[in-house]
Amino acid sequence: MNKHRRKISAAYFFLAPAMITIFIFFLLPVLAAFLMSFTDFDIYSLGNISLAQFVGFRNYIEIFRDSLFWIALKNTFYFVIVGGPLSIVVSLGAALLINSKLIKFKGLFRLIYFTPVVTTLVAVSILWRFIYHPRFGILNYVLSLIGIHGVDWLGDPHWAMPAIILMAVWKNFGYNMIIFIAGLQNIPEDLYEAADIEGASAWRQFKDITLPMLAPTTLFVGIITMIGYFQLFAEPYVMTQGGPLNSTLSIVLYMYQEGFRWWNMGYSAALAFILFFIILVVSLIQLRLQRESSV
Amino acid sequence: MKKIFLYIILIAVAIFCLTPFLWMISTSLMATGQSNVFPPRFFPEKITFAQYINLFSRLNVAKYFLNSTIVSVSITLVSLFVNSMAGFAFAKYKFAGQKGLFKLLLSFMIIPAQVTMLPLFLMLKYMGLINTYMAVVIPGIASVFGIFLIRQYLLSVPDSLIEAAKIDGATDFQIYISLVLPLAKPILITLAIFTFMGAWNDFLWPLIAMTNDSMYTLPVALANLMGEHNQDTELMMAGSVVTILPILIVFLALQKYYIKGIMIGGVKE
Repeated sequence: MNKHRRKISAAYFFLAPAMITIFIFFLLPVLAAFLMSFTDFDIYSLGNISLAQFVGFRNYIEIFRDSLFWIALKNTFYFVIVGGPLSIVVSLGAALLINSKLIKFKGLFRLIYFTPVVTTLVAVSILWRFIYHPRFGILNYVLSLIGIHGVDWLGDPHWAMPAIILMAVWKNFGYNMIIFIAGLQNIPEDLYEAADIEGASAWRQFKDITLPMLAPTTLFVGIITMIGYFQLFAEPYVMTQGGPLNSTLSIVLYMYQEGFRWWNMGYSAALAFILFFIILVVSLIQLRLQRESSV
Repeated sequence: MKKIFLYIILIAVAIFCLTPFLWMISTSLMATGQSNVFPPRFFPEKITFAQYINLFSRLNVAKYFLNSTIVSVSITLVSLFVNSMAGFAFAKYKFAGQKGLFKLLLSFMIIPAQVTMLPLFLMLKYMGLINTYMAVVIPGIASVFGIFLIRQYLLSVPDSLIEAAKIDGATDFQIYISLVLPLAKPILITLAIFTFMGAWNDFLWPLIAMTNDSMYTLPVALANLMGEHNQDTELMMAGSVVTILPILIVFLALQKYYIKGIMIGGVKE
């Protein structure tokens, strides 16, 4: 009995630092942000917290009437829906290439493809700003070599978001590629051998063996990519400041501007919770779709 | 034939991945204005370190470099202890509500960090910690992902090792220090790289918590510099090189551990 109690108190001792920090600096702020989203907390409340009043759902109602919110929401979904799948397809393609039996120097290619992942997002955003430069950038130069007249990538409202997506794919695909390689290596070799004997084409093998066997990996990759992409911030902050004509304003950038530039903290907290709610719903939908397709 | 085709694609993608970096390094070695030409120059006419000298002598980059280093190293060291202790408790002890608590923690991973930032800022402001290293370090101390990684690893360590040490009369804390930490060394290195890179590259929270110029971390300083010097391509490329280089060196030295960590994290429980 005594020994058992000692064991439990040791467990609590080891847990305490992490649990206390998570409680004070994560869980409490989440709850506080939830409360805050129902107040008119603003720059005056910053000096004197008692000036903040509960206003019920006013922030949320205002947000739904706020055209900038809808623009930011649309842009964020554009980034997630186009950029997310694109980056996953590129990751899978790269993983299949590197995993191919015909290829040598696997380690080297894997390393090269992975390099953009570890680099600092702010620094590469600055780098790509110059790559996209309409007159002196490399991209328009390369395009001119094949006879295409380039555009002002970050200065044109139609092209700014695609430009950010291209950079995001370049920066991120290596990460999911590694997860896909691990998934591919877990597929039993004899499945392919059996398919070879039956004379199944490479495409059939990919469709009927690789893809179904990779489904759990794809779900995992899909969810983490989607969660990450919904939090788009540094790219537009550095490259376009949300412009031109708000074409790259994202939810998190809008939240940052409202909360930390104009100090409309109640409003900003409501924006944060809407983002959280969207991420939650989309994750649940993905899990549900996966469960249905595997039954 | 098919093999050649595969290599062509592989090499094309490799060029796509590396060209921006090579161009960045080469441009950072040019004199001011040298890169504003068409067609773009891929090599400096004459190599100069003028941009780097400017960064360190006039633009205070040494201080930002120091800030980034202090913040990233502190977060890494403290979080290794905190997360490994918690991971150890989850893997090797039994207590009431253990499973529920662990599941609850995992579910937190879906909450975007931005949700916490407004109250966190106010909290740290009232504590007088905004514009101190603590403001950036504290929220980085405990991580659910870190606890998860350590727990998974320690589950595979046989209990008998720990039981044997207990019979020899070691206390729980001694076991943690002299048995568990050495056993967990590979995963601790993995977690250390993850944490260090995350901290070094982090932007939004340091941008919020460090409002005073002298406390900026490198990414915040770089974004700020971009506002004033957005025409100085060569200078900004040098700043990017200074920011990226340390993280690249850490990665190249320890890439084996880093890639293993992604694979563990990617395999569903």
